[in-house]
Amino acid sequence: MPVDQPLLLEMYRRMGLIRCFDEAVKKLFDSGRIPGSAHLSIGQEGEVVGACMALREDDYMVGNHRSHGHPIGKGAGVNALMAEILGKVTGVNRGKGGSMHLADFSVGSLGESSIVGSGLPIAVGAALGSRMQKNDRVTLCFFGDGASNQGYFHEAMNMAALWKLPVIFLCENNGYGVTTPNSRAAALEDISARAAGYGTPSVIVDGQQCVAVYDAVGEAVERARRGDGPSLIEAKTYRYHHHSEGPLYDNMTYRPDEELAAWRERDPLLLTRQQLLAGGIAEADLDEVEDSARREIAEALAFAEQSPLPEPAEAFEHLYRTPIAAGNSGVTGNA
Amino acid sequence: MRKITFLQAVAEAQAEEMARDESVFLMGEDVSGNVYGTSGGLLEQFGPERVLDTPICESGFTGVAIGAAMVGMRPIVDYTIASFMYLATDQLVSMAAKSSYMYGGQTHIPAVFRAAMFYNGGIAAQHSDRNYSMFMNVPGLKVVVPSSPYDAKGLLKTAIRDEDPVLVFEDGNLWGQRGEVPEDEYLLPFGQANICNAGSDVTIVAIAARVGEAMKAAAVLEKEGISVEVIDPRTLVPLDKATILASVGKTGRLLVVDQGHRTCGAAGEIVAIVAEEGFWDLQAPIKRLTAPDMQIPFSTALEKGFYPEVEQIAAAVRELVKE
Repeated sequence: MPVDQPLLLEMYRRMGLIRCFDEAVKKLFDSGRIPGSAHLSIGQEGEVVGACMALREDDYMVGNHRSHGHPIGKGAGVNALMAEILGKVTGVNRGKGGSMHLADFSVGSLGESSIVGSGLPIAVGAALGSRMQKNDRVTLCFFGDGASNQGYFHEAMNMAALWKLPVIFLCENNGYGVTTPNSRAAALEDISARAAGYGTPSVIVDGQQCVAVYDAVGEAVERARRGDGPSLIEAKTYRYHHHSEGPLYDNMTYRPDEELAAWRERDPLLLTRQQLLAGGIAEADLDEVEDSARREIAEALAFAEQSPLPEPAEAFEHLYRTPIAAGNSGVTGNA
Repeated sequence: MRKITFLQAVAEAQAEEMARDESVFLMGEDVSGNVYGTSGGLLEQFGPERVLDTPICESGFTGVAIGAAMVGMRPIVDYTIASFMYLATDQLVSMAAKSSYMYGGQTHIPAVFRAAMFYNGGIAAQHSDRNYSMFMNVPGLKVVVPSSPYDAKGLLKTAIRDEDPVLVFEDGNLWGQRGEVPEDEYLLPFGQANICNAGSDVTIVAIAARVGEAMKAAAVLEKEGISVEVIDPRTLVPLDKATILASVGKTGRLLVVDQGHRTCGAAGEIVAIVAEEGFWDLQAPIKRLTAPDMQIPFSTALEKGFYPEVEQIAAAVRELVKE
């Protein structure tokens, strides 16, 4: 389907937001402001936004450990996401999840699990629920090339195909599981080839071209809404950063510099900018979109920094929805 | 009052809750076929979508249940045999138990996971697990261990209506047991132990099928003039500490009887609570009877004696009152 300029401009805006968000996270991490780890999706914004924007607002989405971008792509506000990164009470998870669990359920996120592959059956379950509830929502599941080697991938593909469930499996093939290239982890180069084993249609798309991803996911969404079952889309993409931030990966030589440089030339924001210019959008308008993304992230950062930390007692909330009565053990610490 | 079997009680609880709430559905391997007798008539009443046969993929279909729960469904997963839960442990521990917490209460997982424990029946090491204690160690899960048809029905109905993931361990040795179950609807609350027999000399806390053995021992000991209070915790998470501690406060003597393995088991946890919080009430060292820390052998000649029965329990109580 043809993508009109306003839609492409919105994709560009969201890609810019994700890029600025992750650049801000990188700075926070390097200055020691973020405990734990951070997995950046810089370089992958094209497939993230292209896929998310092919969904309706009320559709579901399942992310993974590299999921700062997914909720932004789906339309989440960045303030609560940034506050979560800093462990603040205003964070989307009230400081309980952090970088690896940056899910905003208000925009259809059904969790960003950091156990590789574990979101795949969750997506199938959400799709099963949608069908049982007789609504026409679809579920988009992001997973990496690494996750496709988990049993979860095969179990989820089988059940989704068997039950013809409205799921779109979106493989973000960035070529590496931590430091191991896909060529040393998977028997076949293309993850998409595995769909044949489940009688599921699949396609490979250029993950750096948000429109290509948008079109492929859009077609899969239509198919899913019609009741014709799941699809597998493999977006070939690349992460500019290592698996996660921190000194672990300093001086690692698992991937050649030339490879990174070649992918940077096909940067998803750059390609989209060129496309917009070719379509007649003025350069000044694009600059304004970029500036507004920077401003929005700067404001989110200020919001996050000014927000209070959670009270220590909050560590004992949210474990159960149906509470355990006093006098029972079950939520017990040291006396 | 009418009497029905443990299996019939489970089947009734499922059928009633499925009729009451259309978001409740049953899933698992061979559920429509009613292989074990807990899903008879459900297929005819509710159709194949709500009595969903799954492929043999415990980790995957457990994730499916959790995903469905996230969007408002209330799945009941039937693992049939408790050992099969190990395949699903990643989903149970990393997703079911943690999602409400790590997403700051944005979601919750109202799902029930039923697992039958078929021990003492010559089905060897891989099918005889009594593994509830492993899951007591996972914050976010609730763990239920019914010991009678009445409890099985009332606790399962509560589990289905609970907003959190609940693991129900059904003791296969009790499946054929008949017991009084009212026709009228009832629910049993979590975290309220059942005092099965009131007594004043010794407290026995027993789990699942060990409750029946403890009751037999109490009857034997009664004739010897030893008054035994038998407590069934009914749920291990939450655990009704107050009832156990109050009983020990009265008797001063505690025996915990558990068919699980000894190390880091449910019995050990109950003993630790009483040692910490009820120490000054004790008139004798606490005792526990458990299965040994040994794999379960096939031959009945070898498996015999692995799980504490009436004679061992009575002997342990006699030791306790001697102190």
